[in-house]
Amino acid sequence: MLKIRVNDQSHEISASPDTPLLWVLRDHLHLTGTKFGCGISLCGACTVHVDGEAVRSCTLPVAAVTGKAISTIEHLSKGKDYHPVQAAWLAEDVAQCGYCQSGQIMAAVALLNENPNPSDADIDTAMAGHVCRCGTYQKIRAAIHRAAHQV
Amino acid sequence: MNTVKSTLNRRQFLQQGTILTSGSFILGFQVPVQADSKVTVSAPLGSEPLMTDAFIRIDTDNTITLLMNHAEFGNGVYTSVAMMVAEELDIDWELLRWEAAPTEPAYFSPIFGEYLTAGSVSTAGAFVPMRIAGAKTRALLLAAAARYWQVSKETLPAIKGRVHSDDGRQITYGDLLPVIRAHGLTAPAQVELKESSEFKVLGKSHKRIEGAEKVTGQAIFSIDIKRPNMLYGSVVRPPVFGSQVIDFDATRAMAIPGVAKVKAIDAGVVVLAKDYWTAQKAAKLIAVEWDDLGRGHLSSEAFIAAYREMSNQPGMTAENIGDALEIHEQADTVFEAVYELPYLAHATMEPMNCTAAVTEDRCEIWVGTQNQGNDRTVVARLLGFKEEQVIIHRTLMGGTFGRRASKTADFITDAVQAAQGESVPVQIIWSREEDIRGGHYRPLFVHRLRGSLDQEGYPEAWHQRVVGQSIMQNTKHDPAYMVNGIDIYSVDGCLQAPFGVFPYGTTYQIPHHRIESHNPPKVGVYPHEWRAVGHTHTGVAYECFLDELAFHGQKDPLALRQHLAKDHARMSAVLARLRTETEWDSPLAKGRGRGVAARVYSVSPIAQAVEVTVNEDGGFTVDKVTCVVDCGFAVNPLGIEAQIQGGIMLGLNAVAYGVIDLVDGQVQQSNFHDYRPLRIHQMPEIEVHIVDSDAPPTGVGEQATTPIAPAVANALFDATGTRVRQFPLDRHGFTLIG
Repeated sequence: MLKIRVNDQSHEISASPDTPLLWVLRDHLHLTGTKFGCGISLCGACTVHVDGEAVRSCTLPVAAVTGKAISTIEHLSKGKDYHPVQAAWLAEDVAQCGYCQSGQIMAAVALLNENPNPSDADIDTAMAGHVCRCGTYQKIRAAIHRAAHQV
Repeated sequence: MNTVKSTLNRRQFLQQGTILTSGSFILGFQVPVQADSKVTVSAPLGSEPLMTDAFIRIDTDNTITLLMNHAEFGNGVYTSVAMMVAEELDIDWELLRWEAAPTEPAYFSPIFGEYLTAGSVSTAGAFVPMRIAGAKTRALLLAAAARYWQVSKETLPAIKGRVHSDDGRQITYGDLLPVIRAHGLTAPAQVELKESSEFKVLGKSHKRIEGAEKVTGQAIFSIDIKRPNMLYGSVVRPPVFGSQVIDFDATRAMAIPGVAKVKAIDAGVVVLAKDYWTAQKAAKLIAVEWDDLGRGHLSSEAFIAAYREMSNQPGMTAENIGDALEIHEQADTVFEAVYELPYLAHATMEPMNCTAAVTEDRCEIWVGTQNQGNDRTVVARLLGFKEEQVIIHRTLMGGTFGRRASKTADFITDAVQAAQGESVPVQIIWSREEDIRGGHYRPLFVHRLRGSLDQEGYPEAWHQRVVGQSIMQNTKHDPAYMVNGIDIYSVDGCLQAPFGVFPYGTTYQIPHHRIESHNPPKVGVYPHEWRAVGHTHTGVAYECFLDELAFHGQKDPLALRQHLAKDHARMSAVLARLRTETEWDSPLAKGRGRGVAARVYSVSPIAQAVEVTVNEDGGFTVDKVTCVVDCGFAVNPLGIEAQIQGGIMLGLNAVAYGVIDLVDGQVQQSNFHDYRPLRIHQMPEIEVHIVDSDAPPTGVGEQATTPIAPAVANALFDATGTRVRQFPLDRHGFTLIG
């Protein structure tokens, strides 16, 4: 049994230690907000926070994160008390299909925690690893700028 | 007679009376028949929700649930439909809910007459029926309110989910349900819809109704479905697409803890396990012997060579206006060019997946699909079931671009076959590699074009041969989409006159215009619709060659299009607007270029102008895209803007990098490193201008995808003098920087 701490709760998981955190979250804990996109850290759909840092959960073995604080999109806010980044996403009406947006939002939160007032270039650098196939990039940038004023 | 105890305030004069007199249904709740209080009457206990219409359900907690027949995959149709209902019904948006409608005839697409979301026609198809649904429900509620307050007037104001009386009382829609039932009220057969000048909701930007779920991780996509005791499956697919399993050895796979079963299905060998990772890991350990059915020699290069050869031969005549052949015979100069467009995968962010549970007499499916009617037919046939034994539960989709309207229902039959014989549900998830190698592609096309000019330098005769596999031939859509052997999707976008079921042409008038089509054999891949379908290749070939003729005739490319479209009022207005919004005639610095393209897809005229900057190595950026679209009445301008931005991104992505190569029957690309998606720093600035119109709404979902590709190629020519006729651009001298 592996012990992990997700969203301030401890869990015992019966998964093989090489299981990527993504599949532990999705298939064992049923935290499906974190998405599978590519499986090789190329698209960012699986982004979660480990000890406050944005990481790709699809290539991170669960054995590497025991004892660390894992946080997912489900933990970002409660009810309608949205995190400023989520509120900005809603205000800009960013999402289209929405599938990549959990990862985009988790990356944006991590960016703003590091850099409260990012330039367009800062945003490009931080978000370039996050793929959206619907074409919401322009609105993602606008939402990050909007959130920057509110974080 | 039993009644449920009410917690309602006595002053609200609740009583159960009316039911007794009407005798129309069983008691079990209490009915407010009169209220003199100004407070809203709370919901009577134990009463049932009411379907006021096939599309609208009102619950006693005052929530209004819309049953969505069209599919939401980012297209914004749930929001547009809700706006249409809300325009007439005046709902409280906080209390709005939605669910995917079941596969029943009331939920046919009104345009296709089947269960299908495609072709950029959802908004157009829903515009009248959904407003009628809202208006009928409103009329029913107002009639109930009149009964309730015992007034004769049935035109009381309804505001934000409540009916208001003349003397200041109000009642929620939900509280009127018992009154409707008690009096046996039904919605009127005829209702009058508001004039567009009276609209308060439609035509104003509205944010997506499922937006909150999509920023909190709560939105349920097909991949998020969890069923009790469900197993996860990963399929070992053949290296040569379409091969069949001869034999396999699963010894090593079965030794992995958590693996439940390994078995052959049509698609390959499936591993069922307690989680997806375990299934994937075990799948890599299975040795499979394949029969490639003689497909091992197929290659896209050979297809291109064969299609180029075919393009030298006359094809089936799709259109023949004037006598282009004779004009070319007489002309001093005939310009000729061949354009090649490669296979494209859809690469939706959510890879294909499906969950199924199969018993002896029932198959239940949970899936994100655009085409549940066809899915059901395919699955019923596969299982030897009647259609009603196949139940499809639809979810949101993480993108589709056409992929989730699969004529073979390939990603659904996988799960159904995997679940067959199992006592638990099975979820099959495709890896990104399986998704990109899945063999359902925008088909490869070769276009041979010949053109000549009149004495003033305008195109006089145009002759185009289109060679590529038919999407519709020998499918259920064959009867409607094949005209005299020609797939209308192969030629949609290069015909001047309406053809088959498509009631529009290019809007250009070239006096002599001949289009021919070849359908090479359907081997190798499954030709599949890809956002904008025929236009994704015809649009590139047509708009680029038009640019070539503009150059040879020394015409400004935008002016030439304005000249050719001068008899088409809507396109003329779009092009004129594009000229003013872009400062088209202002000079550009060295290394910069402008390009333009204009299209009509599914009735909506659209035009785009782009500005590019090219360096000496052929690296380029798209600095700005200006788009003007006339989609009739703009139901939700915010949603339209999003669709335009998305279409432009996908189209730019494809023209810059998009190619699937088939070598020895095997797809070479596999994931986002070699099937490159566009990323945030490559996204051009996009300006969207929507023509003000009162015409019936038409589509925007696919319209923006096509013009960007030829517009960029034309801009690169403008900047460098080099004409690209093979795609993607990065294989032919121009690489989008990033």
